[in-house]
Amino acid sequence: MSFLSIQDLTVQLKNGMPLLRHVSLDVAPGEVRALVGESGAGKSMIGKAVLGILPKAARLTGGKILLDGEDLQTLSQKARRQRIGARAALIPQDPLTALNPSRRVGPQITDRLVDILGWKRPDAEKRALELLEEVHIQSPDRVMKAYPHELSGGMRQRILIASAFAAEPKLIIADEPTTALDVTVQKQILKLIREMQQRHGTALLFVTHDLGVVSKIAQSLTVLYAGKVIEETTVKDFFAAPSHAYSKALLAATPKYTDPQGSLTPVPESVITAVEAEVAAFDEQARAGTRP
Amino acid sequence: MRDARGNIRRLPGIRLWLSGGWLTFLVLAAIFAPLISPHDPLAQDLFAGRLPPFFEQGADPAYLLGTDSLGRDVLSRMLYGARLALIVALVAGTLTCLIGASLGLIAGYYRGWVDLVISRFIDIWMAFPPVLFAILLIAVLGTGLMSVIIAIVVIDWTRFARVVRAEAMGQGAMDYVASAQVAGRTRFGTALTEILPNVLPTIVALLTLEMGIAVIVEAILSFVNLSISTDQPTWGGMIAEGRTSIYQAWWVLVFPLFALFLTVLSFSQLGEGLKDHFDPVLR
Repeated sequence: MSFLSIQDLTVQLKNGMPLLRHVSLDVAPGEVRALVGESGAGKSMIGKAVLGILPKAARLTGGKILLDGEDLQTLSQKARRQRIGARAALIPQDPLTALNPSRRVGPQITDRLVDILGWKRPDAEKRALELLEEVHIQSPDRVMKAYPHELSGGMRQRILIASAFAAEPKLIIADEPTTALDVTVQKQILKLIREMQQRHGTALLFVTHDLGVVSKIAQSLTVLYAGKVIEETTVKDFFAAPSHAYSKALLAATPKYTDPQGSLTPVPESVITAVEAEVAAFDEQARAGTRP
Repeated sequence: MRDARGNIRRLPGIRLWLSGGWLTFLVLAAIFAPLISPHDPLAQDLFAGRLPPFFEQGADPAYLLGTDSLGRDVLSRMLYGARLALIVALVAGTLTCLIGASLGLIAGYYRGWVDLVISRFIDIWMAFPPVLFAILLIAVLGTGLMSVIIAIVVIDWTRFARVVRAEAMGQGAMDYVASAQVAGRTRFGTALTEILPNVLPTIVALLTLEMGIAVIVEAILSFVNLSISTDQPTWGGMIAEGRTSIYQAWWVLVFPLFALFLTVLSFSQLGEGLKDHFDPVLR
């Protein structure tokens, strides 16, 4: 039984332009699923739809999101917020804007424990200190009292990871958590997320455009193009032999140290045309209601 | 960490000291006006009319800053005038801030139809010429301190609403707001803990600016004799009276004008300084 199950999810802009086209995917407890695709493919939009933070211009127009078997769309707004808060958390993309600059770090972590789990503040503070230690932050008591701008990007991302795991959510959505960091820090953060995920047995939906990252962290992956699922497979199968032509091209476009020139091939025009045609045909079928 | 950069704390700066100093002096002068005024501000002495200030020939040391054409002491009138100027600045400024900032915060954070209504309302409101609007209001409400305050609030809340709305919109798009919502915070709770503290530096800067503007508006209304009743000395009223005798007694006009100028300048400089102080990144 998967912890997060998205079925036929459709998200549209207010003017009817589709952002997500009948997306279905599952994440089992303890599983790490990567969500890959180019910019604008709708990767982050899936995470936002699940967490109930879709931008104002976008609307969920069809499909179901089951969190722990419960259809989020049938709940009242208040109940939904509580459910999501208790079961899921977000590791955001940009650690520099993800912490409130005018509040100290400590309360920003403990707030979750107080809000979601109803803990008392001293207990929450003790737990926050443990969490900061768990994400390898030296002198956590000083960090608790610091303002976000006093800390480095890597530190802030560690804090965000700690606070994402704070209330022991069963699902974490990581929205390109390493994109805004430099390469050396990226590696540490990735290792940390992996470590935390395994220790806590959390289901992780990992949004990224970096296939190198996927191979290090995920077991399964979903490839998106223009808001449509192109391929859904295990990481092992994907790297051995991607089945879709677009996935193949995407994989071929990944830079490798061993072949710095040859590996930087862009996705060929013909593949783009083919995948665009596929999306158009899919839309046509969906409109006619004949989609299998 | 704090240790390295904490030492380079920015000093409050000369601007903050000077402006704060003048305003403190003014507050003290206003509070103790009855004690320190050398004369009754309303007492006329027609034999001592248009006496020049102390540094000019023919001055009477009893009238430090001279007298006006009715022989009233300019210094005493200025001290009492400071009371009204400060009351108007504080009360009107704060009320304007509360109303304007709340509406701006609601519009900028909740967006949707609430924003639509508030924004159109602001647009329409701002289309009225402010001074004319104020004069019209006073004409309807009648003169008096309350009317002046109401007029300032009614004219100027849009300033806050506009700026705070834009700021709140920017803050609302930040990741930490989304994070707070994912963590189960209510919309209202998010507005209070995530948006408001980050808009606060702007609100503070605007508030002090508004206090300066309130002093000016009060002076303008006094100038056209629509402020507080004429038997209460106000800076604007003094300027209006001084205007008629500018060639014979310039001091009646210049001293209150100078006080007005310094006060408005101090308010705006204080705002600049406080904005930096409230900004966690610059703190």
